[in-house]
Amino acid sequence: MALLSFFKKKPTKPDSSFAGAQGADRGILIFENTSEVIAAENQLRSQGWRIRVMGPPPEIQRGCDLVIEFPLIEELEILRQLEAVGTPPLEMVPVTGPLLQPVGLFQTVDYGDWLMVRAANMKICIEKGSGVIVNISGGGCPDVPYLAQEMVGKTLSAAPSPRTIGHTLCGYALELAYQELKRQCSAS
Amino acid sequence: MLCIIGTVPDPDFPLVTGPVKMEKGHIVIEGRRVPVNRGTPALLAAALAAAACLQVPPIHAWLVGDIGRGDGSRRLYADMEQRLDRFPWTVLVFHYLQPDVDWHNRVLFAVEEMNKRPVMIADAGFMYAAKMSGQAGAYDLFTPDAGELAFLADETAPHPFYTRGFILHEEGRVPELIKRAYSYENAARRLLVKGETDYLADARGVLETVTEPKSAALEAMGGTGDTLTGLAAALVASSMEVSKAAILAARVNRLAGSLANPTPATQVVEIVERIPEALARLL
Repeated sequence: MALLSFFKKKPTKPDSSFAGAQGADRGILIFENTSEVIAAENQLRSQGWRIRVMGPPPEIQRGCDLVIEFPLIEELEILRQLEAVGTPPLEMVPVTGPLLQPVGLFQTVDYGDWLMVRAANMKICIEKGSGVIVNISGGGCPDVPYLAQEMVGKTLSAAPSPRTIGHTLCGYALELAYQELKRQCSAS
Repeated sequence: MLCIIGTVPDPDFPLVTGPVKMEKGHIVIEGRRVPVNRGTPALLAAALAAAACLQVPPIHAWLVGDIGRGDGSRRLYADMEQRLDRFPWTVLVFHYLQPDVDWHNRVLFAVEEMNKRPVMIADAGFMYAAKMSGQAGAYDLFTPDAGELAFLADETAPHPFYTRGFILHEEGRVPELIKRAYSYENAARRLLVKGETDYLADARGVLETVTEPKSAALEAMGGTGDTLTGLAAALVASSMEVSKAAILAARVNRLAGSLANPTPATQVVEIVERIPEALARLL
């Protein structure tokens, strides 16, 4: 069932330019699932678009959703680019209300020989000396056991990233923790 | 009779229902073997380990493969909607399923069609959907960790990923978050909050806590929450009252964890192996 069916109303289309705040100049791209959101985000970021991955407005929340906020004035060009790579959105609609912010806080726990980073409900832990991922915990979406299966026992550099094999918000949160862990390891 | 409903991380694993057993570190259902890593297989393994020491009828599972695309979960939801009322289960555990409010509500309607209302326990993705649906009060027990409790306490968050910063969990705020979760009717009749301290609570507030033995490394381990839920489920299936079962499950899980002498690299199957010993000590 598509997210589209959960719409109760559509706001009217605004006409000002993108400011990235709460003005009536933003639109959201709605996709069938989080995997498509991630693919579209990768594509748009690689092309330099100023976009943000956000939570959907209440009218379309289903349970495990992400949307892409974009400058509404660029609607046609963004649609062309996504269609060209085979990831067109289900719908592009303007938004006027506030969108939910994904978590932006990280928590790091140093266990001596091991280091754990948490983002939202997801945690990833490595052995410092080898860089091997020893555990992945937290979360409740079905890709979490799959991500653990595919990543645990591999080094941070050799493991597939959650962005490439994850499909849900838990997978997305793990990607944030994974990137933060890589950042901390490269900085040390 | 206990049935555990969830997913396994294999896209080719079919939709199956039936009795489940442990065999050489794997759960076995309908002739198919699933390694005990984390998620629903870890929950099942813990429940089976406990059941071996208890008077519990054979444990059943209702499983499907899903690696996060939601396709398997939707098949399982649809199957439950069609067939749930045909089974005699008295305890249902809903676990790693793709959170989907619409499907959640259909399953809840199907539960209403059962001859006798079962004890209902929810954790992981299904608990997320239960909260978001506004139907949390239909459940007898949720088993969130402290971060998931913050999500339950945030009346606007549809998923833990969106829990607002001002509400993000700190261990010392657990009683406050429990109160907030109940005030917005986003908690089951009882909550077993797992963490540095485990809390049992209901709408009146914290009823009991468990703090020993302490094993800081358990937070980093995947699957320790799954084993806790599995233990609680097996104890409830042995006819133990839900609150008593939840507290005993917390004690057994902590002791089994401690007996495994864990590091952050310990795997959950090592804790499962210690459950019979821990349960025997505490029963």
